[in-house]
Amino acid sequence: MSAPPLIEVRNLRIYFPIRKGFLGPVQYVKAVDGVNLRLYDGSVLTLLGESGCGKTTLGKTIAGLYRPTAGEVLFRGKNIWRLSSSEFMIYRRSVQIVHQDPYAALNPTKTVFTILATPLKRWGIARTRSELVERVSKLLELVGLTPPEDFLYKYPHQLSGGQRQRVVIARAISVNPKLIVADEPITMIDVSLRLGILDLMLELREKMGTAYLFITHDFGAARYFSAKGGGRIAVMYLGKIVEIGPAEEIIKNPMHPYTQTLISAVPVPDPEISRKKKPIQLRSLDIPSPVNPPKGCRFHDRCPFYIEGLCDKEEPPLTEVKPLHEVACWRVIKR
Amino acid sequence: MPEPIISVRNLVVFYRGLRGYVHAVDNVSLDIMRNEVLGVVGESGSGKSTLALSILRILPKSARIVKGSIMFDNIDLAKAPESTLRKVRWRRISYVPQAALNALNPTLKIVDHIVETAKAHGVRDRRAVIEKAKELFEMLRLDPKRVLNSYPHELSGGMRQRVTIALGLILDPEVVILDEPTTALDVLTQRFILDLLKDLRRKINITMVFITHDIAIEADLADRVAVMYAGKLMELGDVYQIFKDPKHPYTQALIRSIPSLIGSVDEMKPIPGSPPDLVNPPPGCRFHPRCPLATDICRRKEPPLIELENGRIVSCWLYAPEEAKKVERQ
Repeated sequence: MSAPPLIEVRNLRIYFPIRKGFLGPVQYVKAVDGVNLRLYDGSVLTLLGESGCGKTTLGKTIAGLYRPTAGEVLFRGKNIWRLSSSEFMIYRRSVQIVHQDPYAALNPTKTVFTILATPLKRWGIARTRSELVERVSKLLELVGLTPPEDFLYKYPHQLSGGQRQRVVIARAISVNPKLIVADEPITMIDVSLRLGILDLMLELREKMGTAYLFITHDFGAARYFSAKGGGRIAVMYLGKIVEIGPAEEIIKNPMHPYTQTLISAVPVPDPEISRKKKPIQLRSLDIPSPVNPPKGCRFHDRCPFYIEGLCDKEEPPLTEVKPLHEVACWRVIKR
Repeated sequence: MPEPIISVRNLVVFYRGLRGYVHAVDNVSLDIMRNEVLGVVGESGSGKSTLALSILRILPKSARIVKGSIMFDNIDLAKAPESTLRKVRWRRISYVPQAALNALNPTLKIVDHIVETAKAHGVRDRRAVIEKAKELFEMLRLDPKRVLNSYPHELSGGMRQRVTIALGLILDPEVVILDEPTTALDVLTQRFILDLLKDLRRKINITMVFITHDIAIEADLADRVAVMYAGKLMELGDVYQIFKDPKHPYTQALIRSIPSLIGSVDEMKPIPGSPPDLVNPPPGCRFHPRCPLATDICRRKEPPLIELENGRIVSCWLYAPEEAKKVERQ
């Protein structure tokens, strides 16, 4: 038997209780509602979806920040919520997060050196002052903040957004994690610098073998990161993965009507192609509430291709229809 | 023959900051043509929003128009007194901000927003305004009955953005400036609003200025595109030309830096370096520290706005070799 994957997610459900009014009944927002996933060492997976689809909740649960309502997250085959405390610390160190907002992620009263030295001290990677300076300088070089002397004693407000995000990434890799959960890491970065941050993350993967779970709403960024990293894209809708496959396959040959609709709607930097595109028209523009998601296929009430009596009754399972390409749509499965 | 409706000439706008003056818009000249969609694209700090706020003269207190003119129907908006501006603002030139929650007053129903906005600009016929709002709501595919009686928090982001567009159009302006109106929206809502705007153009005579950081949106919507960088106009031209044959090295690099669904990912590249500090902008061309084609003159002297064929404007020494030689000899 082969080694267990780095992370495995089984039938994961995460529900958040809400109450309508003061005395109203408790209801549940089904943020993630039955997800199965495997992440292997050094692999790249992009979670792609609109706001409210559950992509961030799924990422945070994989990072151990939420406890699942049902299902499990396995780290090297072991449920992370049943690990011994020493095992749990290894897991904590192995999975790091990069958040969207580099302005909020760094303590404004600490220098870059202090920010980066803290995890090194915490994990006993470096102890003496000179060791720390050497380590931190190396990290800064790795993330392209050179010469490091120029950055060591700067405060976050003295850095640009792109530079701050590089510091955040340096902090994440400082403890040699196995997986980085990057939640919209380029959304707040200037357009011209975005690919630089994605390239940096991919470069670090080459050097350190880190796997990535990249979370984004941006189709172009999802394609770039996953295609360049030889990875997959998973499209989420209302707490479920509706389609997953190799990056270029998903972009060039999407099979789920939801993925097709989104791809047909994204503007592209070519007026001739962009204006000729015929966006697929949905039956309804509004995303249903994740409190009461539609029965059957969750997309059926908006889907222009739905089959009455099937899509609104039975939930389509995520099914491999081509090598590595899985789709949860009755039209595709039944073909 | 297209004629300009607004002509900006040599506009300079500074902000007073802690470290000195921020050169937010620096010597920008451009024409906005009647009934066109002019796309203004740039990264944060490029001056695109400052340009818009200058046209309406709704700049924050720390900003000052240092130089230049903004001609609109024989009025210089850069210098006009408040009393004149009041007759222009909203009634003739309106502004649609990004409809985050704070763009609308949370304590007012939408109907009150509309009536108050009209009243503030001298239109007091409540019934006529509401009739007009209903008509606009229909056009923007909002249910008038429901939306008029809602509070902002009861509407989705896409609906709120459509309400702010309706607010911008309520007094039948000749020009509407839309500042990042789709930035915070999901893909499908963005697509819906872009299609509505295209539809709107076909139905009413209006000039639109569409400001965004996402140049792909301009490819979809704009007739002409102005590219701004660090307070400067770098290039302006017909949308097809801008994308097919970008002249300015910045425009070329910007188009390459978009992670897109077309083309090969291997051809997409970030722009090296980072945007300049606008308190101490680099001498010469502001893009030269990041430009792969920069020569000595680019580091020393600012390039002029050069007119090419078909109303194309570019600010780069590459397109004025003769003049560049002359300057170099000096």
